[in-house]
Amino acid sequence: MNLITAILIFFPLASIPILYLVKQEHVKYASLVSTLISLVLSLFVVVNFQNIADTQFLLDYWWIESLGISFKVGIDGISLLMVLLTNFLMPIIVISNFNRDQPQVRHYHAMILATQMAFIGVFVALDAFLFYIFWELALIPMYFICLFWGKEGKVQITFKFFLYTLAGSLVMLVALIYLYLQTPAPHTFDIAAFYNLNLSATEQSILFWGLFLGFAIKVPLFPVHGWLPDTHTGAPTQGTLLLAGIMLKMGIYGVIRWVLPIVPEGVMEWKDWAIMMGIIGIVYGSCVAIVQKDFKRLIAFSSIGHLGLTIAGIFALNIQGLQGGLLQAVNHGITSVGLFFIADIIYDRTHTREISKLGGIVHKAPTMAVFFMIMLLGSIGLPLTNGFVGEFLLFLGLYQYNMYFTAVAGLGIILGAVYMLRSYQRVMLGETNSHTEEFTDILMSEKVVLGALAIAVFAIGIYPKPLLNFAEPALQQILEQYNTFLTLK
Amino acid sequence: MGGIILLSVLGAATLISGVFNKRKILLPLTLFGLAITFLLNLGEWRGAVPFFSDLIAPYNNGMLDFDNFAFAFTSLLLFASMLVLALSQFQVKEDLEHAGEFYAILLFTIVGGVVMVSFSNLVMLFIGIEILSISLYVMAGSRKYNAQSNEASLKYFLLGSFASGFLLLGIALIYGTTGSLDLPGISTYITVNANSLPFLTVLGIMMIIMGMAFKVSAAPFHNWAPDVYQGSPTVITAFMATVVKIAAIAAFLRLMMGSFAAAQGWWTILLSVIAILTMTIGNITALYQTNFKRLMAYSGISHAGYLLIGIVALTYDNGSFSSSGAILYYTFAYAMASIAAFAVLLVIAGNTGDSSISAFNGLAKRDPLLAVSMTVCMLSLAGIPPLAGFFGKYYLFALAINKGLWVLAAFAVLNSLIGIYYYFIVFINMFVKDKQEGMPSTSSPTAKAVIAICILLTVLAGLYPEAILKVFM
Repeated sequence: MNLITAILIFFPLASIPILYLVKQEHVKYASLVSTLISLVLSLFVVVNFQNIADTQFLLDYWWIESLGISFKVGIDGISLLMVLLTNFLMPIIVISNFNRDQPQVRHYHAMILATQMAFIGVFVALDAFLFYIFWELALIPMYFICLFWGKEGKVQITFKFFLYTLAGSLVMLVALIYLYLQTPAPHTFDIAAFYNLNLSATEQSILFWGLFLGFAIKVPLFPVHGWLPDTHTGAPTQGTLLLAGIMLKMGIYGVIRWVLPIVPEGVMEWKDWAIMMGIIGIVYGSCVAIVQKDFKRLIAFSSIGHLGLTIAGIFALNIQGLQGGLLQAVNHGITSVGLFFIADIIYDRTHTREISKLGGIVHKAPTMAVFFMIMLLGSIGLPLTNGFVGEFLLFLGLYQYNMYFTAVAGLGIILGAVYMLRSYQRVMLGETNSHTEEFTDILMSEKVVLGALAIAVFAIGIYPKPLLNFAEPALQQILEQYNTFLTLK
Repeated sequence: MGGIILLSVLGAATLISGVFNKRKILLPLTLFGLAITFLLNLGEWRGAVPFFSDLIAPYNNGMLDFDNFAFAFTSLLLFASMLVLALSQFQVKEDLEHAGEFYAILLFTIVGGVVMVSFSNLVMLFIGIEILSISLYVMAGSRKYNAQSNEASLKYFLLGSFASGFLLLGIALIYGTTGSLDLPGISTYITVNANSLPFLTVLGIMMIIMGMAFKVSAAPFHNWAPDVYQGSPTVITAFMATVVKIAAIAAFLRLMMGSFAAAQGWWTILLSVIAILTMTIGNITALYQTNFKRLMAYSGISHAGYLLIGIVALTYDNGSFSSSGAILYYTFAYAMASIAAFAVLLVIAGNTGDSSISAFNGLAKRDPLLAVSMTVCMLSLAGIPPLAGFFGKYYLFALAINKGLWVLAAFAVLNSLIGIYYYFIVFINMFVKDKQEGMPSTSSPTAKAVIAICILLTVLAGLYPEAILKVFM
C-alpha cells in the first residue's frame, strides 16, 4: 500500500520505453494512457487518504546510508493537492499536443513523462537530498523541451532559464548541506531532523534566504522573475503548459514545506520582505501585463502577479492564508494552462500572438470564446470560479496580518480584471481581419482539454471543500510548529 | 605492489613484441595485462583497515605503502587506463611502425602513476612523477612530423622539468630541516614544531606545493595544459586529462595528508587561493574556447580547482566524510565523463582531425545515440543530478562547508554556474545547429563500447555513490 508513492514517482519513467516500442503514430496515445494511469493511481491515493496531519503512504529506505541520505517519500495533504494537480494536468497537456504533431515525437513525449516523474518526486520527497535531486531533475527535461522544440531565440532563452534556476538551486544546496551538518552526528537529510534543529537567530536569518531564494526564482517573485516571460514565449506549447501549470508550483510548495517549518525565526524576521516581494510582483506584473503586445507574454506577466499574491498570503502565516495559497497554486495551474492553451490555439490558426493583429474571433469560434471566457473569469476570480475561492482566502489571510498590504494587493486584482478583459475584447470581439478571417473553431481534442479544465474551474469554485479538507490538518500542523516557536520566544 | 612489477614486465614485453612485428597482439596483450594487474590489485584491499592507520603505529614500512588509499587510486588508474587504451586503435592505426613503443611508454606512465599514489617516501614521489612525466613528454610529441605535437612536447618538457626542479629543491629543503624523507618522519617533526616551523621548512613546503600544483595544472601554473592538450593526439590527450590528473591529485593529497597536515594553518590559505584561482581562471577561459580539446583542458583545470577543495578541507575519515573518499569519487566521475567525451570526439573527428567544437554540429541528427552520450557526459561534468559529477561536487561542497570554508564554497558554487555555459555550448552545437557536410565519421565498436561503459558507470555511480565511498569504510 505504501508502495503507491514510489509507483506514482516511477510509473511515468517506466512507461518511457513503451513510447519507443509502439508505432510512431501511436506514441501520443501511449503517452496519454500512461498519464491516465497515473491519474487513476493518484485517485487511488485520494480514496485511501485519511484526513489527518500525518504523512501517509510513507516509504523510508536508506539510499546512501553512510551519508545519512535516504529514499524517504510520503504524502500528506499538501503533497496530495500538488500530486493531484500534476496528474490531472498531465493527460491534458498530452492531449493538447494531439493536433500539432511535433518532430521527434517519441523524444518529446519521453521528456514530458520525465518531467512528470521529477514533479511528483519533488512533491513527495521527505529527504532534503532526494528533494534536491528531483528538483534539479525537473530542470533537465524542461531545458531540452525548450531547446529542442522551442521557438526563435531559444538558445539564449533556455540558457537564461537554466542559469536563473540553477543559481537558486545551488544556493539552496549549500543551505541544505549546512542544515545537514547541524543535525546530530551521524548527520541526516531527513526532514524530520531538520524540523528539530536548534539554530540561532543569525543562522536562521541567513538560511532563510539560502532556501527561499531558490523557491522565489521558481515561483517567480519580483525581482528574480526575469526568466519567466522569455521562457514562456520561447518554449513549445507543452513546455509552457508544464512550466506554468506545474513547475512554478514547485516554488510555492517548497516555501510551505521547506522554509516555514525549518527556519521559523528567519521567517519571522523576513516575512514582511517576502510579502512585499509578492505584492510588488502583483502590481508590477499586472502593470506590465497591461502594456504587453504579445498575448503569451501577457499571460506570463499575469502569472507573476497571481503567484505573488499566493506567496504574500502564505507569509501572512494564518490558516486562511496558507489554505488560500495552496489552493490558489492549484487554481493558477488550471487557469493558466487553459489560457496558455487558448493562446496556442490562436497562434496555431493565425500564426501571430500580437494582440493588435487579432480581433473578431468570437464570430468564427463561438465555442472557444466560451471556454476563453471561463478561463478568464477563473483567472480574475469571479465568484463561482476557482479563482474566487483562492483569492478570497488569500485576502482574508492577508487582511488579518496587515490591512495596507491587502489594500495594495487588491489593486492588483482590479488591474488583473483590466488587462484580462481588455485582451479578451481586443482578441475575441470586434471585426474580423485578414488574420482571423480563416479562423476555425476548436477541434475535438481541444474541446476535451478545455472542457476538463472548465469543469475543474467550476468544480473547485462551487465546492472547494474536499480540497481544503485534505490540506487543512497538514497546514495546521505547520502553523502550529511556527506558533509553538513564537510562544517559546 | 605486485602491480608495479607486472606492469613493468608487461611494458618490456610490448616493446619486444613491437620489435618482432607482432603488432596484432599488442592491444590484447596490454589490455589483458592491465586486467590481470587490476585483479591482482583488488587482492590488496585491506578490508576494514582504516586508511593510513599503519602510519600512526611505529613506522615499519619502506618506500611504498600499499594501504587502502593506494589500493583505491591504483584501481581507478588501472581502470581508466584500460578504457583509454581500448581507444588506442585510433593512434596505432596512423602510426603502425611505433605501436610497440606506444604501448610500452603508456604502460610505464601507469607505473609512474601507481608509484605516485602509493609512495611513502618523498624520493619515491619524485621518481614516480618523473617516470610518469618523461613518458608523457615523449607521448605528447609522438606525431613527429606535426609542428603542434612537437610544440606540445617541448613546452611540456621545459615547463615540466622546471616544476620538477622546484619539487626536488623543496624535497631537499624538507630533508635538510626535518632530517627525514619518509612521510611519517616528516609528519612527526612538523607536528612537534607546528608552532615554530623553521623558515626553510616553510619554503620547502611551498616549493613542493608549487611543483605539485604544476602537475595537477592548477593556476597560476596551468598554462601548459591547453597547448599540450591541443597539440597531442586525442588518445594521449584523453590519457593526460584523466589518468595523469588522477595520479597527480592523489599524490598531492597523500603528501599533504601524510606529512604536512599538522602545519595546515598557513598552507590552507595558500591552497585556498590557488583553488579559487584555478576554478575561476579555468572556467572563465573555457568560455572563450572554440576548440574542444582546449575546452576540455580548461574544464580540466577548473575541475582541478574543485579537487583542490578536497585537499584544502583536509578531513580524515570521520564516519561520513573524508578527503580521500571525496577525491576518489570526484576523480572517478570526472574520468568517466572525460573519457567518454574524448571517445565521442575520436569517433566524430578522428585522432588528429579538426577538434573544433563545430565538429559536434548536428550530431543529434547524424548519430542520436552519440549525442545522448555526449549530453550525459557534459551534464555530469557540469554537475547536474543525478549523475556522478553532481554527487562528486556535492561531496566536495559538503567537505568545505563542514570545515567552515565559506569563501571557497561560495566560489565553487559560482564556478559551477559559470561552467554550465560552456558545457551547454556543446548541446547547442549538437541539437540546434545543422550538420556540416563532409564530416568524417568512423564507426568503431570498441569506442562505442568504451562510451557505453563510461556512461553506464556515470549514471550508476550517481544513483548509488556508496559503492565507491565504501572503499574507505
